[in-house]
Amino acid sequence: MTEPTGTEITPALEMRGITKRYPGVVANDGISLEVRPGEIHALLGENGAGKTTLMNVLYGLARPDEGEILLDGKPIRIAGPSDAIARGINMVHQHFMLVPVLSVADNILLGEETMANRIFLDRKEAHRRIVELGRRFGFEIDPEAKVGSLSVGWQQRVEILKALYRNARILVLDEPTAVLTPQETEEIFAVLRRLATEGHSIVFISHKLYEVLEVADRITVIRRGRVVGQRLPSETNEDDLAELMVGREVQLTVDRGISHPGAPVLRVTGLEAKDDRGHPAVRGVDLEVRAGEILGIAGVAGNGQDELVESIIGLRHPTAGTVTLAGTDVTGHSPRDMNEAAVAYVPADRHRFGLIKSFSLADNLVLTSYYRPPYAHGVLRNGDAIQKDAISAVERFDIRTPSPTVAAGTLSGGNQQKAVVAREFDRDLKLLVLDQPTRGLDVGSIEFIHRQVIAKRDAGTAVLLVSAELDEVLEMSDRIGVMFGGRIVAVVDGRTADKNEVGLLMATGGTERGAAAPVEAAS
Amino acid sequence: MDITPLINGLDSIPGLGLVFQAIGYLVAVLPPNSSSIMAQATPLALAALCGVLCERSGVVNIGIEGTMLASAFTAWVVGVALNPMFSADPSPIFGLTIPLVLALAAAILVAVIVSALHAWLSISLRVDQIISGTIINIAAAGVTGYLDQLISKSSPAGAGEFAQFTPPAALTNLPVVGWIFAMFLDQGPIGMSVIVFIIGAQIWLFRSRWGLRTRAVGEHPRAAETVGIDVIRLRYRNVMIAGMFAGLGGAFLSIEATNSFQIGMTNGRGFIALAAMIMGRWTPIGAFASALLFATFLQLGQLINIAPPGGDLGVAMSAIPAQFFDAIPYILTIVILAGVVGRSIPPAADGQPYERESAT
Repeated sequence: MTEPTGTEITPALEMRGITKRYPGVVANDGISLEVRPGEIHALLGENGAGKTTLMNVLYGLARPDEGEILLDGKPIRIAGPSDAIARGINMVHQHFMLVPVLSVADNILLGEETMANRIFLDRKEAHRRIVELGRRFGFEIDPEAKVGSLSVGWQQRVEILKALYRNARILVLDEPTAVLTPQETEEIFAVLRRLATEGHSIVFISHKLYEVLEVADRITVIRRGRVVGQRLPSETNEDDLAELMVGREVQLTVDRGISHPGAPVLRVTGLEAKDDRGHPAVRGVDLEVRAGEILGIAGVAGNGQDELVESIIGLRHPTAGTVTLAGTDVTGHSPRDMNEAAVAYVPADRHRFGLIKSFSLADNLVLTSYYRPPYAHGVLRNGDAIQKDAISAVERFDIRTPSPTVAAGTLSGGNQQKAVVAREFDRDLKLLVLDQPTRGLDVGSIEFIHRQVIAKRDAGTAVLLVSAELDEVLEMSDRIGVMFGGRIVAVVDGRTADKNEVGLLMATGGTERGAAAPVEAAS
Repeated sequence: MDITPLINGLDSIPGLGLVFQAIGYLVAVLPPNSSSIMAQATPLALAALCGVLCERSGVVNIGIEGTMLASAFTAWVVGVALNPMFSADPSPIFGLTIPLVLALAAAILVAVIVSALHAWLSISLRVDQIISGTIINIAAAGVTGYLDQLISKSSPAGAGEFAQFTPPAALTNLPVVGWIFAMFLDQGPIGMSVIVFIIGAQIWLFRSRWGLRTRAVGEHPRAAETVGIDVIRLRYRNVMIAGMFAGLGGAFLSIEATNSFQIGMTNGRGFIALAAMIMGRWTPIGAFASALLFATFLQLGQLINIAPPGGDLGVAMSAIPAQFFDAIPYILTIVILAGVVGRSIPPAADGQPYERESAT
């Protein structure tokens, strides 16, 4: 063993030449990654670039076809998650691996239980350790709180505590900020930096360029399963990283141009609605969207946005208030009525509401119009017209598919969403309602969809854009409404809006209380 | 203070008199029958416990009915077959004999095997769990019915049955609380064990490592897997352990409550038990309380026929066909399953087959 010197520190973790093939694709093609002790190492890449596969290899969820993993310079084989955990490798998954109905303590304990004897848990001791651990990293946590009642920011902390409780030395965070407000992101970064100074090694997976630049000590960029570059934050910038990540120059922000708002198209007054469990979710919303403008609704997920959108579109019966479309009262009209009235809707969950995954792409493209000519003759379908329409939509909306007859579920996320967009956008619209239109998509698809939305706006459509991604709202909106606790708590100008100001409104609803306390999530 | 005039005054309010009479009838008739109600509740509670343990780990088991039927038949057949080979007298407590104990063991074994089949179909093969359970119900009804007919031809002697424990009269005759002792102690071995299993399972589910893991697997199996829990193995284990309770419930029907097997003798108890499980919000104690409620109605249906209430209430009730009272437990099941008794939320992953994150 040689003494580690300034330049030759034994990496805490090294992955050498990892290759992982799936039928038809090489997900990882000879990827090497080196993480030093006490380092925050960012792994940057688009969706589908192979980040998750690489981490699954590290976590023992996928077995590499080639390559080796070294821990403190010694080669190891990782048999599965419990083996990885035993070696001090822990992962915070993008979709939190928390059980909402269980308490914070039970979630942390799960799989690594602190026992009073062979059978029963020692919750008292566990609580003590959890509280202590939280304090060490600068936050007070209530071990008995139900995880489902915590805000996502606090759920993220529970995930991190879960790893620390298992004595994690190497912590992998997969898109940890995807659902956080800017303030929550800052707080999590503070926790990460503290972890790093205590000697933990952190792999930070992201596709958000500015975050990577802010928090990482080193950045490895991968594209299509290969490492395409390594950078230090001090010697790179967002444009450089974006080009590296996508493989071509990309416009990170679509130039939305100047809007020319016309007459009001959508007017919502005093709208109230309940969520699926019967609790009030929308508590008196007034808003107005004019022709040719984009009204963005920012808010932490679960503050009534989905219920608001569903009430407007006719999927949910409002308990009070009215919805008018170009002066006509359409409160409680059916989704088909709304569709016929030139209203289009892109739902938040494309898998559940946007597409029928087992249906062909062509059938999905006529889901809102299959019953009328030219797609139907009376009770019979007109297959030719449907097919022809599909071929044209595939071309114009750049949907990458082997053919229009394949099941929609087999397409990639970006192409699925393009299909939804093709169906909803491909006609003259009065109102376009978008709920999280780019969630989980790659930079290229996001750019494409954003361009389409701007084009619709410029053609005189009123656009209501709901997104939990504050960046998207800021980038796209002419005006921004902030939704909190079922109400629109503020409307600000989209051009002058300050990110931190809006973020604070999202987190607190405009009152200063409870910025650090668990927020009752209504999801 | 003399409240008789007050009561008489209330009596003159139409309808209210009937309510008082009904309450009076229940108070008069239910406590003395507490032991029979508990006996009615026993197979329901055991089957509901089976359901709780399955569904808490995410496996819907609609085949409890068939599992119980198979066990009831097995217990009886084994008892019948072994009885002539042993001549020892039954033990003074519970009337235990070697054939009876072996019959009980065989019943439990068969229930575990049937449950393992359900586990294999629904966990490993990922067959729709309702289909898998239905297969078990149909197969159990067919196989036991056929075999029963074959065996009946030889007019077998009885299988023997467990005897009830007789608690000291000093206990059961205690004023006010005596009926509680009668309820839990004036029982055979299976009936008496129910409360132990229920309380044990309640503690086990909420305080032990196994319980925590079970609940996590039933709610969010992937989360459980990422912390190193073997979801598949845990589900297998739970379904099979749960099966033991269905087996006990089945054996109760043929060698404790009666000394016979009849075709289809479970008579829908496996389904009523599922309603009890739902009404009890997937907790052992809740399921037990609901089973007791169902049992009370079952018992009441019989009592009304044997000892109908007198007075205006009797007159009013004689207008209702007796079959209606027999149907009450089943009507109650429908009402509960329709969600009238408040919505109870099942484990989030209940009924969903789990596919391991592939370690290929």
